[in-house]
Amino acid sequence: MGSPESTFIQEAKDHLQILEEVLLELENTPDNSEHVDAAFRALHTLKGSGSMFGFGELAGFTHHFEDAFDQLREGRAKVSPELIAVSLDSRDHLASLLDLGPDTEAPDALRAVGDVLLARLAKLKGTPIKGTAEGAHEVPAPVSEVADQNVPSRWFISFSPEPAALKNGFRPDLLWDELAQLGDLQLTCFDDRIPALEDLETGECYLRWEMELNANVPRDRIEDVFIFCMDAEITIKTLDEEAAVEDLNPAQGVDDPTKTPDKAATTPATATKSESVRVDARRLDDLMDQLGELVIAQARLKSISDTLDDPRLETTVEEIDTLVTGLRDTTLSIRMLPVSMVFSKFRRVIRDLSVELDKPAQLITEGGETEVDKNIIDCLTEPLVHMIRNSVDHGVEDAATRKAAGKPDMATIHLSASQSGGEVLISIKDDGGGLNADAIRVRAIERGMISEDQEVSTEALYQLIFEPGFSTAQNLSSVSGRGVGMDAVRRVVDDLRGSIDVKSTPGQGTEVILRLPLTLAIIDGLLVDVDGDKFVLPLSSVEECVDLPESENQREDGRTILRIRDQLVPYLSLDNLFGYTPSAVERRRVAIVKADGQRVGLVVDDVLGQLQTVIKPLSPFHRSVEELAGATILGDGSIALVLDVNALVRRASSTLIAA
Amino acid sequence: MTKTVLSVDDSASIREMMAFALEPRGYRVVQAEDGVDGFNKMAANKIDLVITDLNMPKMNGIEMTRAIRADARFDGVPIVLLTTEGQREKMLEGKSAGAVGWIVKPFDEQKICGIVKKMIG
Repeated sequence: MGSPESTFIQEAKDHLQILEEVLLELENTPDNSEHVDAAFRALHTLKGSGSMFGFGELAGFTHHFEDAFDQLREGRAKVSPELIAVSLDSRDHLASLLDLGPDTEAPDALRAVGDVLLARLAKLKGTPIKGTAEGAHEVPAPVSEVADQNVPSRWFISFSPEPAALKNGFRPDLLWDELAQLGDLQLTCFDDRIPALEDLETGECYLRWEMELNANVPRDRIEDVFIFCMDAEITIKTLDEEAAVEDLNPAQGVDDPTKTPDKAATTPATATKSESVRVDARRLDDLMDQLGELVIAQARLKSISDTLDDPRLETTVEEIDTLVTGLRDTTLSIRMLPVSMVFSKFRRVIRDLSVELDKPAQLITEGGETEVDKNIIDCLTEPLVHMIRNSVDHGVEDAATRKAAGKPDMATIHLSASQSGGEVLISIKDDGGGLNADAIRVRAIERGMISEDQEVSTEALYQLIFEPGFSTAQNLSSVSGRGVGMDAVRRVVDDLRGSIDVKSTPGQGTEVILRLPLTLAIIDGLLVDVDGDKFVLPLSSVEECVDLPESENQREDGRTILRIRDQLVPYLSLDNLFGYTPSAVERRRVAIVKADGQRVGLVVDDVLGQLQTVIKPLSPFHRSVEELAGATILGDGSIALVLDVNALVRRASSTLIAA
Repeated sequence: MTKTVLSVDDSASIREMMAFALEPRGYRVVQAEDGVDGFNKMAANKIDLVITDLNMPKMNGIEMTRAIRADARFDGVPIVLLTTEGQREKMLEGKSAGAVGWIVKPFDEQKICGIVKKMIG
């Protein structure tokens, strides 16, 4: 954990995110007072804390920004499109000010932006606001009497605490100490309020005091001493002249009581806040690394224990095994964050895009609570932005086309997340024109990706949009083509060991589904053997294992299709694919995996079993081998390569196409 | 004897600032992130002074003040509210709940230390 400043910055970012979500909500439901309150609270907190942590300009700007929402709360203004627009821009301005860091003066350009925004805010309010170039935020100064030229020198103070004062933690002795520091203090204690014994409540304060203070101090200096005696009756007067009796209770630094009553803390449903301890992400990575080593050491311990055949050792090893698994699950769960963290950013993307392209579009999200490893979330943002942009830009038709097709003017982009086994599915679905398979085919032939007479399934055609160089400058958007930077999306998904499915119905829209592993560092794997070498398949992509019928072994016509429960499943032989000498094993096995949405069999010599796999990156030299996701160390200290099933199947099918 | 201050705030930055200001001056600072947490920490530690935010999830500062005042174990432990300008009504409500004072944000290290010294020496 860093300094209070860095904590503040993190919190401020959270507040700004909540603010953005709330503003976008407000755009749709302008009458929702809960959202107005939430926006106000976020701003209020920023203002209150900003100047304490060296963000004076931010606090200053927020002061005026907050005013706009204060007016809304009081019903003196209404939510208007201009208000939302200027508020979103102001929010961005606050983010820029925050990025400057503490105790930093804003550059002139940024200040100019701020002044323009202030002018816009002022226009909304109908009253001019002074520029905040100096960043001073106009918190009313505590009301203090201007020190009189002839400050009285003799004060009379009468002080009668409420009965509950002592219970509430009042310490008269500390007050006397403080007063005595101001000057000469004569203190008299009166016990005339003490009731008869039968009425006396222990713990109540029945005493009262009168004092004379000889000190050359202004009245507010004395009032300061009693600032926390909210429950007391206090009279302060000068003995030099009979001054008016004053009740201290309505203390200083207080605004008009009618102003800003604070509502109970409720956050809008979209702005989820989870209670948490903030931990540096690097520490989590370190923890994960060490845990990985522990898992490997545990595997080694287990294999040694297996050879020693000592029951005492075996029980201990089993116990450690359970503990390590528990530790692994807990550690992984610490790294899990709700996908809503990225989802919320997209509402803004959609809003800005639909304004820019003049295509009304709304975002509907679902399953934001689905949790994914933090590192995956971090990598996901950019590809998702890409795909959402594509959906609005190319997927959604223009207004005229939509009208002709009888669709609502407002296009809908559906973003959803769900968990399925060890995978997270993220789906981006639009109600646009759908992919045009013919156009894709023409383009693919042009680019030499497929040959002219080649038969390619529609699914395979859709996958081609993720190939590098499929479509860039020239757009197919009139027929709803895609591909702008989609190869970049695929690269990220591949790096995350995920896969992409595409579904599309002409005229009805397109759905792109990303399948991602829940976590990156440690996975459950299936250990297989090919000619004595060990390989690991991610268990999440393995659907089942079957025996390879002997008849297939003898097959020489090159047909590689298995029939499993009346379903035809193409298969690949790993020995063949990796250039091993053809296997002589008689009863080989097939692991049926799901790759790019397709069931494919991988023929191996033997399936050795399940294991926890700590994935280690390959050397830079080997990293370019796409079919390998990494390597792992087995219990006996040997190394197994972890296969990237999707890349493997993809390469195999492309070599088959080429052949 | 080391005096212990309970800082109750849902903003970690505020709590850390309290610790940052008070710990070097020999106070112990116990942190709590909402009223429920605050009340529980009250029971689990020997607290000399409570400084609490008003708006918090689960249980707000005023509700927590009421809960503490209703519990004889905590008699004599002063509660100070953290407020921002313009929360007058809340302050008066806090007063009747049994808080002894308030600190108006923004505040700095000196202000906090001065107040804590004034309250518990």
